[in-house]
Amino acid sequence: MDILVENVSKTFVTKDGTVEALKHVTIDIPSGDIYGIIGMSGAGKSTLVRCMNYLEVPSEGRVLIAGRPLGSLTESELRAQRQDIGMIFQHFNLLMQKSVLENVCFPLYIQGKKKAEARAKAEELLEIVGLSEKKKAYPAQLSGGQKQRVAIARALASDPKILLCDEATSALDPQTTSSILELLKDINARFGITIVIITHQMAVVREICRHVAILKDGSVVEEGEVAEIFSHPKTDVAKELIRKDTGSDALALSGSSAKNAQAEIHSGNIIRIVYSENSAFEPVISNLVLTFGEPVNILKADTKNVGGVAKGEIILELMNGSQNAEAIKNYLRERNLAVEEAPYYGE
Amino acid sequence: MGNDFLLLTAEAAAEGGSAFAAWWARYGSMLLEGIWGTLYMTVASTFLGYLFGLPMGVILTITDKDGLKPNAAVYKVLDIIANIVRSVPFLILLILIRPFTKVLVGQSYGTTAVIVPLTIAAVPFIARMVESSLKEVDAGVIEAARSMGASTFQIVWKVLLVEGRISLIVNATIAMGTILGYSAMAGAVGGGGLGDIAIRYGYKRYQFDIMIVTVALLIALFQIMQTVGMFIAGSLDRRKNASTTE
Repeated sequence: MDILVENVSKTFVTKDGTVEALKHVTIDIPSGDIYGIIGMSGAGKSTLVRCMNYLEVPSEGRVLIAGRPLGSLTESELRAQRQDIGMIFQHFNLLMQKSVLENVCFPLYIQGKKKAEARAKAEELLEIVGLSEKKKAYPAQLSGGQKQRVAIARALASDPKILLCDEATSALDPQTTSSILELLKDINARFGITIVIITHQMAVVREICRHVAILKDGSVVEEGEVAEIFSHPKTDVAKELIRKDTGSDALALSGSSAKNAQAEIHSGNIIRIVYSENSAFEPVISNLVLTFGEPVNILKADTKNVGGVAKGEIILELMNGSQNAEAIKNYLRERNLAVEEAPYYGE
Repeated sequence: MGNDFLLLTAEAAAEGGSAFAAWWARYGSMLLEGIWGTLYMTVASTFLGYLFGLPMGVILTITDKDGLKPNAAVYKVLDIIANIVRSVPFLILLILIRPFTKVLVGQSYGTTAVIVPLTIAAVPFIARMVESSLKEVDAGVIEAARSMGASTFQIVWKVLLVEGRISLIVNATIAMGTILGYSAMAGAVGGGGLGDIAIRYGYKRYQFDIMIVTVALLIALFQIMQTVGMFIAGSLDRRKNASTTE
């Protein structure tokens, strides 16, 4: 099912005045997509995702699920619609007093399914998320990753067409995050479920999403294909999120080594180069140095997995007072590399 | 010990039996009846208290401003009722509602009659405890249930009462202990039970031995209830008792 968020605004009235959590947000999520919504905390991501199942009712604008405006539904129609929209959370939100199996059965009981039928279905789902042997355990006995798997099985119990993930990996370590993302990717491929991922981590978007919307102060500032935004970020927010992206595969050293390097060259003339896998044959940097006869400082070099494609990223700092800065950039562009000024890396 | 006990000790010594046997022969059945009366009042009042207090607590929880179905009017009315009843001292309430008790039970003294004021005093108290137990339930779990399309009734029944059950049981134990204490107070107006015996013998006739025995029995009853309640709560808790599987 596709999701259309149309000019949605949400204003909260608090004691200290009104807070505009969302300002005229419009996004169109195609059916079967894995769509990321990324932003810093307080950007309005969680409010936006809650508008998609009307846990939050927009103050303005419409939300259409498969062309059906949620605002036009009666309460019982809305409850029925929500059964098509699964949701998982940062803190899992499992019933602590119920076993794993009963947790997965829960949405089925809500639909009035019989116990035997619900259990059979729940066992199937626990098989899919790889937790069959834990069915009698209680959530308190599980690790964070296992709890999220139970939550995913629970969210899938009502055969949803959409799965909303609200910071679903934020409480997990990088390795567990990867395995949960793999599972989500697998579910998307197997069942064609549209997945919406709310996160503040670029690494999550990069690893799994096809499209992304970047949210800042309640507005969408940039939107499009993940690979495109990763190579050519336009807004400062996008650049900042990419800079902070020290996901599981990034160099943990980048921060400190960049600082040390600055002491020696410190020109502030920093460029970011992004290349795809197949352009990695030519020794570009070596040739660049030979051509221009001046050294460059590599602040960071990394290969990142963007939607299953390896993307290389190099942050270069040019010589202080280099006369060749423009020529170097052109030289790189001629070799089909995405080049951009990246002074924000020097911070 | 009281004078009666000394007297009996002397009598028993003369007869060659044990002092306690003679004492028990005189007061034993009365004390057993007192225990029964106290248990009857406490259990019946707790049960009736929950019959009305649990729904009242649920309604307070869901109609509060952050609840599932906020309703300021309903909340305010229940809130005021709860506060009024709770602010009247129990002994005053006991006397105040005597005419009502008489209409309801046919008489205004005795164990059954005392159940009426005990229940009335217990309902708002229990409602408040239920409200606090249910408000402890993780808001995230409630949100998850809403996201699945659960109705308010389903959330109350399958989430709030299930996830809040440990706190509910602990609070029920506390409620029962408090009602036990109130039931003893009811002795002042001829309520029956151990409190009644303590007042009639210990206070009015200066029979200190009876007073001490009844107090000891009240303490023992309280301890037993407390222990059983906490044991049930502990053994049902799947957060702590995670190793117990079905």
